[in-house]
This record gives sequence, structure tokens and C-alpha cells, in this order.
Amino acid sequence: MAMSKTVKPGRRGGSMKRTRRWQTALHYLILTVVSLFFFLPVYYLIVGSFRPSAEVLSGISGFVPTNLSLDNYTGVFEHLGSEATGYFGQFAAVSILVTTAVVAGSLVVNSMAAYSFARMQWRGKKIIFLLVIVLTIIPFEAVALPLYFMFSGQRDTIFIQAIPFIANAFSIFLFYTFFLDVPGEIEEAARLDGAGPFRTFFQVVVPITKPAFATVAILTFLAQWGSYLWPVLMVSDPTVRPLPLAISIFQNQQPPEWGQVLAFGTMFIVPVLAVFLVFQRWFVASISSSAVKG
Amino acid sequence: MTTQTQQIQAPAAPVKRRPSAGLSGHRFAGPLFASPALLGLAIFLVAPFVLALVLSFYRVQLNSPRPARFVGFEQYTRLFTDPDLAAAFGHALLNNFTFAVIVVPVQTVLALALAVLVNRKLRGMVVFRTFIFMPLVFPLALTAVIWRLIYSRGDQGLLNAILGFFSGGGLTSHDWLGDPTTALGSIIVMSIWQSVSFQMIIVLAALQSVPTELYEAASLDRANKWAQFLNVTVPGIRNTLIFVALITTIFSFRLFDQVYLLSRSGSVDRGSTETVMTQIINTGFDNNNVGQAAAMTVIFMLIITVIAIIQRAVARQRGGV
Repeated sequence: MAMSKTVKPGRRGGSMKRTRRWQTALHYLILTVVSLFFFLPVYYLIVGSFRPSAEVLSGISGFVPTNLSLDNYTGVFEHLGSEATGYFGQFAAVSILVTTAVVAGSLVVNSMAAYSFARMQWRGKKIIFLLVIVLTIIPFEAVALPLYFMFSGQRDTIFIQAIPFIANAFSIFLFYTFFLDVPGEIEEAARLDGAGPFRTFFQVVVPITKPAFATVAILTFLAQWGSYLWPVLMVSDPTVRPLPLAISIFQNQQPPEWGQVLAFGTMFIVPVLAVFLVFQRWFVASISSSAVKG
Repeated sequence: MTTQTQQIQAPAAPVKRRPSAGLSGHRFAGPLFASPALLGLAIFLVAPFVLALVLSFYRVQLNSPRPARFVGFEQYTRLFTDPDLAAAFGHALLNNFTFAVIVVPVQTVLALALAVLVNRKLRGMVVFRTFIFMPLVFPLALTAVIWRLIYSRGDQGLLNAILGFFSGGGLTSHDWLGDPTTALGSIIVMSIWQSVSFQMIIVLAALQSVPTELYEAASLDRANKWAQFLNVTVPGIRNTLIFVALITTIFSFRLFDQVYLLSRSGSVDRGSTETVMTQIINTGFDNNNVGQAAAMTVIFMLIITVIAIIQRAVARQRGGV
């Protein structure tokens, strides 16, 4: 700053304060612009869902919240009102059921395996754990097609939508890193009290590693709620169609009813957004701990 | 990670014999605990992975009366020499590479910039963070639907209207997804919108773990903010940045949901946005050419493995992440 040379020593603090204030203002400005980029599509989705379909695609006025009504919502339920189209409630029920089954199942199954690898002694453990770690690099995309080939007989069932995602190598690894930090004395005390491995795990270890369970639950939920590729391959019957597949079909209807598509999307995401807003801290913590990979 | 393991196992060593003797009745507890997950991984990950290898050597269709026929490496050679196939597959691979070459640096730098932006104690920061994190919970299928409307062609499309407004009508409306020159770029922007906050959170955690003493030392040396950033922050989070870059590379090759959804609705130019994954699904599922798709899957897997090996090697070189 050339200015600061001319300022008297006594007033230097004042000028620094002033630049600091400018910097803060600039910081807020950038934050606002960035936030707008991330928030506007969300806003557009929600506001558009309450506006007449014809006005959703109407230039900048698409952002203006006028002529609000619930027509699009009733429209979605009317539009999706027969066996052939499927029902919105049914899509939601399928998604909720499959996601709940996967999250619950993966919490139980993967935590037990991780506990076994982290804290129990058995023959062949090391080599098998190494294999599990290697498996973490195989993304679902790499096995989707052969899996479809293997289970094409099970198409259009709820069961096949959930079961492949319960055992998860990365969840095992995440649980493993958490279980390593459990102090050995706690388990030792439980053992001296006569608790077997099942009781030690479920009554002693699980209650003190809740953050691990929250982390895996959140990451599994996010992946499963949006799962699209597997339903594309496995689901053609509208009665077992989950929400992501359903919205991809619904948005393709002719003639397009954009207001209804946005209403569908809002109902798809608002419950999740609400949970996110309440538990944001947990979401953030679970994502940052997913980077412990090493 | 490794030091942690040793710390915990070392004190356990002397007492090792006693608990294992005391637990003799639970000799099978270890394998029993692990077995449900291992069974699941074996059936739904290892088996299809092996099956992909096997199928790639056959000419095979699903529900076909014709039996599968062993063809050796034919599926692979056709993938690279058959003019029809090779052009399409090469194009898809190229699209994935282009996507990665743009997204990896852009998204990593953006993640870092955003993390620095929100890593400051300012009033109202919680609100800004919430806005920035929001897209994180959006499924890709929904993201694609919203952005399809934003990108709508014609001057009523949102993006076109905004650009028209700010340029005073100087910019004419553009078919963002339909034009081959902007289709992939449009998909890149929507993908970054959805996923950059994921990377940003990882970088933010790393930023907060850089020891504050380092900054104090640097400011004693009269290093300005920018010098501090380059000499303290960046080296301090180097491994995290590499990690983020590599997971983003892997994401780039897994690209599927947005592209498939948009191409099904015919709103995106196919040739310039086709990816290896959409090719696999089109070939194996829509056209029922399972053997050919299996060969593509194997190549896809090879690419992912190479990236993962690079990631391990880089991480190890620096003494682990």
C-alpha cells in the first residue's frame, strides 16, 4: 500500500483496520456470489414447483415467486394415477424401503466384519482383510453389467434392489479405523464380566462408537437414495420403481409439464434437505472422515 | 494410519495368550462375525467381477436361444479394430479423458478455493456454508433434471435468459446440451455443482489440521498471506489434494447417471457426451451384446486399477495420507 507511507505512525492502526474492513466486505461479496451459484438451482426447483407449468421456462421471470399454487402437486398425483404409470406414493415407498434395508443391513453386517478384523484373532484374518481392502477400489459400475446377467431372473423385485449394496468393503474399512481406537481395557473388562464376543460387541463397543455408525449411515444413505444405474438395469415394473428412476421417466413425458416435474423433484429432495439442515454437522463430519483412506 | 495400528497392537501382545485361551469357546467368533459381509462381497462383487472376465471371451446374449460361444480375444480386438465399434468406444474413452482432464484440476482448485473461503470465522458463515453444501444431498438424477431446464435452448431457458440480461441481449440464445461443442462442458458444470462440496469438505478438514504454529512462525518471518498460503498451507495439505484429485479422476471415469438420463430424453448431443459407462449399458443392456459389454467392463476396470495404483504409490511416497 503506497498510502500507508504517507499516513502518520499514530494512525497506521486505523488504515489497517480500514483495509481489513474492505477485505471482509470483499469476502462477503465473494461468499454471496458463490452461495448464489449453489443455491439458485435449489431455489428454482422449489419455487418452480409452485408455479404454473407454462411459467417455469420463462426466462428470468422463472425465478419470480408469483402465481403460487399447489396445482403441480395435485397434478403429479393425478398424472401418476394408474397401474401403468405407477403411483408417486409407491415410488417413494420403494425408495424408503430399499434405502432403509440397505442402511440398516450395512450397519450390522459391515460393523461386525470390521470388528472381527480390528479386534479378534483368527487364522487367515490378515490375508482376507487385505483382500477386502483391495476390493474397495472396485466401483459398483464395474460389476453392474455382469451382476445384471447373474440376477436377471430376479428383476423387478424389491429384494434385488437392496441386497447387493449391504456388504460394502469401504464401510468395513471405515468401521475398522474407528474400532482400532477403542481402548482394549474396555473390552477386557467386559470379558472379565463374562461377556462373550457378541455381548461385548453389541453392548459395549457399539454404544461407544456411535460416530462410526452415523458416518456409515449417512454415506450409505446418500449413495442409496440416489441410486440410478442398478434400477435402470433391474426395474421395469412401475410398482417396484424407485424415485431416481421414476423422475427420469416422469421428466420425459410428452407434452412436458415442467411444473409437475419440479414438484416431483421437490418431494424427492425436501425430506432429505430437512434432515440435512438439522444434522449438517454430522453430514460434514462423515464426509471428512471418508477421506481417511490410506 | 500405520502408527496407530502399531500403538494399539503393541501393548496387547504380552497378554495375547491369556484372552485367546479364555475365549477358546469362541474360537469361531472371528470368522462368524466376518462371514455375512464376506459372503455378500463374494457374491455381489467378486463373482460378477470374475464373471465379467469370463464373459468377455464369449459371444453371449441374455435370454438367447443360441448358446454362448467362446471367441477368445475377439471382443477385445473388435473393440479396437472393428471400424464401427472402435470409433464409438474410442470416442467414449476420449470423452472420459476430456472430462477428467478438465474436471480434476478445476474441481480440485475450486474445492481448495471454497475451503479457504469458508474457513474463516465470520458472522453468518454457517448460512453460507449451508448453501454451498446443499447440492451434496442431491441425487444425480434430480440434478440432471434441474440443470436440463437451466440449460434449455431458446431465450426462455434460464441460463440463456440470464446471459441475455447481463449482456443486454448481446448474447444470443444457445442450445447448451444439444450443441456438440458445449454439451460436455455443460455436463461438467452440473457435475461440479453437485459434487465440489464433497471434495471441499475433505480439503476443509485438512486445512483445519495444519498446525497453527506454522502460520505463527511464518508471520514472524513477515511472510504475507499469499506466501503463507503457498509455503505453509499448500505443502501441509498436499497429500489431501492428491487424494482429492485421484478420487475425482475415478469419478470422471464412472460418469454415467447424468449422461444416460439426458441422452434418453434426447436433450443432449450423444456423440460428444457418450462415456465408457453409457457405452457399456447401451451395448450390454439396451442391445443385449453382453460379451462385448463385458470386454468394455474389463477395460474400464483396468483404467480404475491403474489410477488406484498411482494413488497408492503417491501416498506411500509421502509416508501415507
